[in-house]
Amino acid sequence: MKGKFTDNLPKIYGLYTGGFAVFIILMAIAEQAGMSAKTIGIMFVSFTVVIYAVIGWLSRTVEVDAYYVAGRQVPTVFNGMATAADWMSGASFVAMAGGIYFGGYTYMAFLVGWTGGYILVSSLLAPYLRKFGCYTVPDFIGTRYGGSLARFCAVIVLVLASFTYVTAQINATGTIASRALGVPFELGVWVGLISILMCSMLGGMRAVTWTQVAQYIVLIVAYLLPVFWMGAKLGIPFPHLMLGDEVSRIGELEAQFGLVKNAAADLKAAGVPGGLSSISVAHSAVPDGAMAAWKFISLTICMMVGTASLPHILMRYFTTPSVKSARKSVAWSLFFIFLLYSTAPMLATLSKLQLIDPNLATSIIGKSIADVQAIQWVQDWTAAKQVFIADFNGDGILQLNEWFMRTDVVVLATPEIAGLPYVISGLVAAGGMAAAMSTADGLVLAIANALSHDLYYKIIDPKADVQKRLIVARALLIVIGAAGAFVASLRLTSILGAVAWAFDFAMSGLFFPLVLGVWWKKATRQGAIAGMIGGLGAGTAYLIYVGPAFMAMTPWLGIDHLRFGIIGAPVCFILMVVVSMMTYEDNAEAKAVSAMLDETRIPVGKTILGNK
Amino acid sequence: MSNREKHWDKTKGLMFITLAMWFFFGYVVFMFGESLNSASFLGYPLAYYMCAQGSLIAFVVILFWFANKQEAIDEEFGFAEREDN
Repeated sequence: MKGKFTDNLPKIYGLYTGGFAVFIILMAIAEQAGMSAKTIGIMFVSFTVVIYAVIGWLSRTVEVDAYYVAGRQVPTVFNGMATAADWMSGASFVAMAGGIYFGGYTYMAFLVGWTGGYILVSSLLAPYLRKFGCYTVPDFIGTRYGGSLARFCAVIVLVLASFTYVTAQINATGTIASRALGVPFELGVWVGLISILMCSMLGGMRAVTWTQVAQYIVLIVAYLLPVFWMGAKLGIPFPHLMLGDEVSRIGELEAQFGLVKNAAADLKAAGVPGGLSSISVAHSAVPDGAMAAWKFISLTICMMVGTASLPHILMRYFTTPSVKSARKSVAWSLFFIFLLYSTAPMLATLSKLQLIDPNLATSIIGKSIADVQAIQWVQDWTAAKQVFIADFNGDGILQLNEWFMRTDVVVLATPEIAGLPYVISGLVAAGGMAAAMSTADGLVLAIANALSHDLYYKIIDPKADVQKRLIVARALLIVIGAAGAFVASLRLTSILGAVAWAFDFAMSGLFFPLVLGVWWKKATRQGAIAGMIGGLGAGTAYLIYVGPAFMAMTPWLGIDHLRFGIIGAPVCFILMVVVSMMTYEDNAEAKAVSAMLDETRIPVGKTILGNK
Repeated sequence: MSNREKHWDKTKGLMFITLAMWFFFGYVVFMFGESLNSASFLGYPLAYYMCAQGSLIAFVVILFWFANKQEAIDEEFGFAEREDN
């Protein structure tokens, strides 16, 4: 191909998408020809993972700029796709629709929280960090505030937040790999890890960028195709605009069946496996009272502010060619995220209706339990301990509160429930794998880069040459990945618990040091250090106080372990402002900071750190 | 006031307007979720709709609007980047 690589990107990814479509069609033909469901699943996951590995290998590099920030030449729209893949984790792909299915309106706070944060990213941070020209987020903190201690504190917050997040992602890759390839979970985790490292190790940010774009294409096709197909089967060509009647129908059915919350003792007596739930919350009704509204809003605050503090997202905007394109790129990112997030509630609505509406052939609620147990997908997923039937009242008829599913099943089993061909289930598995891998890649790279650039190069050995720096960076990548896989294989928390914690850690320690670093010239080093340590400390202490796995005390004002950033971030803010005001002096250093920020605030000119 | 100060003043103004819109679609709407839900849009209960799509669409539109506005401000004061590489 002629011309610059970046000019050819639309053509390259166009071919890639076409190739993927051909692969799906080939698999569909193979299914008709009698290829087994299991083989199709293995083909889908291994074919896509091999493609990512090839992209990772082609993007290998020995240049520092390419390794850390993809040479700062990722075009706006492609960076948007890469960020969307970086952002949408295994939890978004596999668990979100299921969460909405079981949690209804209350759970949908995540949809708002996981999108609105991008406004903070764009208006407060991304363009300024891009102008700064840093390689990592602690690089900004270290240069803006000066001194190794501030840089070190930022590294601590980054590692804590990102590591919490990455274990959840490796856990998800392990779950999907083990299911698709038919290996035990513990082995699946290591298969997932190797796939992740193949994408990132040789080419750093450059390789991660181009694999993430490829992963976005797979995951969005895998998410949208089943929903539109299912919609078409029900005579609804465009579900997003046309499910009003279905949502109110679910409301009617809820009233008819009754939403029963099962007693814990009943669940135990019937032997319902842990992690499986029945529908006990209304689909679209808003729960009563100010406390419910506050719980909704406090969760969205944590997720939004957390979004704007997560280093693996912020660092994606270091890779654009200009400040202007960093801003536009945030908008494109959210657009690509929106395509999936607006589909999740539609998927939840369609799959819920298919199961509970007696007028539909696919429904199971209200049928005799013997008939339901004869259905193929019910048998398969019961064998995998993912669904469960408990006939509490002993009438032989399946009631709404007698049907249990794991949240993941909503996405993973919906194609089978709706009677779509198995090729769609294989596609969904590949999509889930892409979502979890792309996020894990970004996170592992964020941690390894902070440790290699900020801790090793800037603090321990500033004289290290390029070759040595890149060797250290790669060695750290393997160590971090292996540590993440080890922790994931211990299965300490549910996927979602850990994901929300990462947002809370990041907002407790990093949000105000970053924002005030750009917007308040009088923020001082001492203030930032006090804020990072105090905010992270207060948030963590509160997490230990209320966390169900720790002291499990009664949350204060409904601020539970998913929302501990509500405590951490204000502590960080107050400490930072008070200490900054106490320590600010109008000296030469303050003047230098002021001049540096003046330059940061205009797009034109060289970057502060003098790189490209 | 210098050119830079004027540029920064306008930039700050845009930031506050953007955050006000963000606050409206991110929080204010959901403070009144209960009463909003009795209204409907496209057949969906309104609070449910805002949560599932409405606020999300608003965020995307605000982001593109913000990027264009800020580019215009940079242009006005001569701080726009020459080329996009």
